[in-house]
Amino acid sequence: MILDALVQLCQMMVVLALAPLLAGYVRKVKALLVGRRGPPMVQPYRDLLRLLRKEVVLADSASWVFRATPYLVFAATWVGAALVPTFATGLLFSYAADMIAIVALLGSARFMLALAGLDVGTSFGGIGSSREMMIASLAEPAMLMVVFTLSLLAGSTQLSSIAAFMQGPDVGLRVSLALALVALVMVAIAENARIPVDNPATHLELTMVHEAMILEYSGRYLALIELASFVKLLLYISVIGCVFAPWGIAAAGDGFTATLTGLAAYVGKLALAGFLLAAFETAIAKMRVFRVSDFLGAALMLGVLAALLRFVSRLT
Amino acid sequence: MIGPLALDVAHLFAGGLVLVSVMLLYQDRMTGLINTFALHALVVSMSVAWQAFIQNAPHLYITAAIALVIKAVVIPVALRRMVVRLGIHRTIEPVVSIGLTMLAAIGLIALSIMVMLPITAQAGTLAREDLSFALSVILLGLLMMISRRNAVSQVIGFMSIENGLILAATGAKGMPLVVEISVAFSILVALIVIGIFLFRIRERFETVDIHLLHEHRGEQP
Amino acid sequence: MLEGLLWCIATLLATGVAALALARRRVASALVYGISLGATSVAFSAALASLLAPAALGGSLTLPVGLPWLGAHFRLDALASFFLLVVNLGGAAASLFGLGYGRHEESPGRVLPFFPAFLAGMNLVVLAADAFTFLFAWEFMSLSSWALVMAHHRRPGNAAAGYLYLLMASFGTLALILAFGLLAGPTGGYSFEAIRLAPPAATISGVVLVLVLIGAGSKAGLVPLHVWLPLAHPAAPTHVSALMSGVMTKVAVYGFVRIVFDLLGPPAWWWGALVPLLGGITAVLGVLYALMQDDLKRLLAYSTVENVGIIFIGLGLALAFEANGMTGAAALALTAALLHVFNHALFKSLLFFGAGAVLGATGERNMERLGGLIHRMPRTAFAFLIGSAAISALPPFNGFVSEWLTFQAILLSPALPQWLLKFLVPAVGALLALSAALAAACFVKAFGITFLGRPRSPVAAEAGETDRWSQAAMLGLAALCLLAGILPGYFIDALAPVIQTLTGTSLPRQEQLDWLTIVPIAQSRSSYNGLLLFFFIALAAGLGAEVIHRLASAAVRRSPAWDCGFPDASPATQYTAGSISQPIRRVFGSVLFRAREEVDLPPPGDTRAARLRVRLRDVPWDVLYAPIAGMVGFVADRLNKLQFLTIRGYLTLVFGALVALLMVLTVWQ
Repeated sequence: MILDALVQLCQMMVVLALAPLLAGYVRKVKALLVGRRGPPMVQPYRDLLRLLRKEVVLADSASWVFRATPYLVFAATWVGAALVPTFATGLLFSYAADMIAIVALLGSARFMLALAGLDVGTSFGGIGSSREMMIASLAEPAMLMVVFTLSLLAGSTQLSSIAAFMQGPDVGLRVSLALALVALVMVAIAENARIPVDNPATHLELTMVHEAMILEYSGRYLALIELASFVKLLLYISVIGCVFAPWGIAAAGDGFTATLTGLAAYVGKLALAGFLLAAFETAIAKMRVFRVSDFLGAALMLGVLAALLRFVSRLT
Repeated sequence: MIGPLALDVAHLFAGGLVLVSVMLLYQDRMTGLINTFALHALVVSMSVAWQAFIQNAPHLYITAAIALVIKAVVIPVALRRMVVRLGIHRTIEPVVSIGLTMLAAIGLIALSIMVMLPITAQAGTLAREDLSFALSVILLGLLMMISRRNAVSQVIGFMSIENGLILAATGAKGMPLVVEISVAFSILVALIVIGIFLFRIRERFETVDIHLLHEHRGEQP
Repeated sequence: MLEGLLWCIATLLATGVAALALARRRVASALVYGISLGATSVAFSAALASLLAPAALGGSLTLPVGLPWLGAHFRLDALASFFLLVVNLGGAAASLFGLGYGRHEESPGRVLPFFPAFLAGMNLVVLAADAFTFLFAWEFMSLSSWALVMAHHRRPGNAAAGYLYLLMASFGTLALILAFGLLAGPTGGYSFEAIRLAPPAATISGVVLVLVLIGAGSKAGLVPLHVWLPLAHPAAPTHVSALMSGVMTKVAVYGFVRIVFDLLGPPAWWWGALVPLLGGITAVLGVLYALMQDDLKRLLAYSTVENVGIIFIGLGLALAFEANGMTGAAALALTAALLHVFNHALFKSLLFFGAGAVLGATGERNMERLGGLIHRMPRTAFAFLIGSAAISALPPFNGFVSEWLTFQAILLSPALPQWLLKFLVPAVGALLALSAALAAACFVKAFGITFLGRPRSPVAAEAGETDRWSQAAMLGLAALCLLAGILPGYFIDALAPVIQTLTGTSLPRQEQLDWLTIVPIAQSRSSYNGLLLFFFIALAAGLGAEVIHRLASAAVRRSPAWDCGFPDASPATQYTAGSISQPIRRVFGSVLFRAREEVDLPPPGDTRAARLRVRLRDVPWDVLYAPIAGMVGFVADRLNKLQFLTIRGYLTLVFGALVALLMVLTVWQ
């Protein structure tokens, strides 16, 4: 019991510690791919510490919603990421890791962030909030349809059951899994504000979604929100990894060496996924905002098709 | 005996072809469309090659090679040259928005599953689903032809219909090479004819938007 | 127990009558709302007691009023006690709110007599055990709410709203009369007992289902019969709007459940195709309409339409499972639907109370003229935020629990054998997911534009907080929303007797599970723990705050907003209600509603303001109602000639009718 609690705690800390490193790694790879040297991989840690030391500049019209949102967003995202099996399944609170609940937790974080964007009463916040809700209105159903497909295959909506099923012999090369993977990757790109949906490195109005909502944040609030967005990227990569590349994840009660192998496999998956993300972002240009709805509509259609195939057939 | 993994891979190719057909409907620029069509032909040739491997039917390798060379290389290059030479508009305008086209696409896929699965009740499950995927590819190709205003996209839709037919024919065992040669030849001929027509249309009207042709037929647009 | 409830109803009716006489007095408002609060609280406790202690159930009573050969039957069974609980909880909250809100009612004589009568009517519908009493109470409920809708009949639009409401209510009651006529059959036994013992044939059952969908569905707000709802609900005074949206629609759902699940025989499978499809379309259309509104109360009314759609998705799935003999799955779907009935009554009442508080404080319903109210009305804003989070199905609130259960029911559907269902259910699942995401967008708009930002008009800048009673009602409902989200197992267990009577099985008992998790089917399959999630979030937030407190600088400086260096401080530059829904309007609305934006720019040199107008087309209205209204008008014009015949003409009519009836008689024999 104590050991289980320790492993769960270890997972929560690992997730928090690795998230800025992942973001720094992706930035470094992007820079190297276009021929620059790029910032060091530990730069996000330094950025967060710098932000923590700075004074918060609060707008006159900001209310308690603005001040509470960074904590709530960080908490919801961190809890969601802590419930996703990264290096081991069957953790102490794994039965609380219902995929629909995780999607809804991310939805709560987005709800609070959109409200914070509207709180100060400027037009930039409004742009960010309205575009974010448009993206969410298509991305969240697409994500839910992917969850449906996976749970129809695995017989459960619990993430650790799905991960255990994916490691087992019953899973084959199925069309609905392939469609679900494509849809999940498209949703992950949209939700994490990556090119081609949104540019994480910009402050131009025309390309802003996420950055516009958090425009008024500074100091420790901004540090929390940045950390939450790093953790969110880690969460999506962990979900894709534990469902579609479950090799190396230790089962419940497997022993210390298995857990270490799981950890090493997890870091390897993060590195590979980060490299692919950086390569993809460098190779492609950002879409117009209203093309994003076509993009996510296609993701929703693929998700519905994958779920439909699961409904009508036992083999796809 | 063909193992289950081999059948799964074939099934995956069929599903992949449906995915690429949906991607064809998503494109709104000419270069993207031609590249996606090249991918479509590539997936078909890989699927046929895999069928040749698992069915032990060497003549299908030739079919795969024909599909690869002609449809994945020659035709896209030719189309790209035609686009550049005729100066055709680089954006493709859909008749209804892309979102609605996607909705229609999924309705068509559901329809083909609904049609195929009860009819082919005697065959094995994977073969039935491969047939429904092939029918979906054909229907999606037709959808592409009717939902775009541009003549090049209609040519591509026509060719993707043919890819769907190849998928259906190779899925069921035994398709003679002769048929494939004649089919490929007719495609090539059709392409040449269409190309000539496009050239003439462009000469006369400065555009290949069919919508504008209606005005010259004497009917109301 | 049943006698007690009937006494409560009698008290409410007496209060209504007394208020007719006393309405002019100053103390009348407090008296009426106070007595209503007392009566509904007593009824609520009685209903709760009978739900939790099934031994006290099954009381029935026949009063010698009404039709001489029928009497008035009343029965308190599990289903009735659950819906009585919902009705009286909403009624008590509305009375509590009315204690404060009713003080600035401008025409109390039009509201006070009908409010307790409305509450009494709703209670009577739920308790009725024969067709005549049911229909009588149904009409009484409709008429008293119509009187409340017409309370401010001089305001523009209210009279038209009342007229449309009366029309649709009468049409619905006609459908229900036909349904009950078919159910009673040739023997004519109108009491529910008699109907239960003699279920009709399959084709007649199908016709009854369609009639009940029309009758109860129009009162609940199913598309395309929803058109009266967004006009009538906002027209009434706020606590009445909350009752109509939060409670009266649930009484309509009760009518549907009672007739379809209890009185009709075993369902046919196509019922499970029609009802979820209607529910899914209603959910998506309702929330899209809500997104296009800038009147706060109309937005809430359309959101009611959306939630009714979600309830009918659950009910339809239960019918599909029942028709195929999958009783466990049917129990799950029905639990999800009934839990959503309870949850929606809670948070919709809360949201309407918030809108009423805003209306009372500023006199404005139009969100384009509000803003920044979180600084002026902090407790109202807090309660409204909880309500918005609950209705957007965000954990750890109660809206998420019922949506989660509905999704679990959808995930059980691949076992359904019919092909049409296999294609329909994933589509309905996608529609449900889409409506949940759009609802979150809608309530970001509602809360964000009304309460956040800067005030867009002087009335918003000078608003004051509402009175204690209204705050108490809102905060009480908010606390219940959180409680129902954290401890859902108790609520599901309380529903078990209802599900048991309707489907024959019920969900496993939830209360002895670890850590108060809910497990609807099996532990290995899926589970949700609201308390643990809430605990984790609180812990993570607390931990984050603590670490920040230690490591980070605590300095805060107030300054004007950064706004990318843009120097204009006018509140008119912030986003409006129309602009925040513009991306969604462009993506969804341009096809569904033919949403078009028209810009009217003055020519150079002219100093008048430019105007942006958004033109929407109401599809059900244009496609269904306008042609029907036209046809009715056309036929009425033709038939008008009958008014002006000569005496010989009238005699010819009588002669013709007599001859026709005699011919019918001969042919029949």
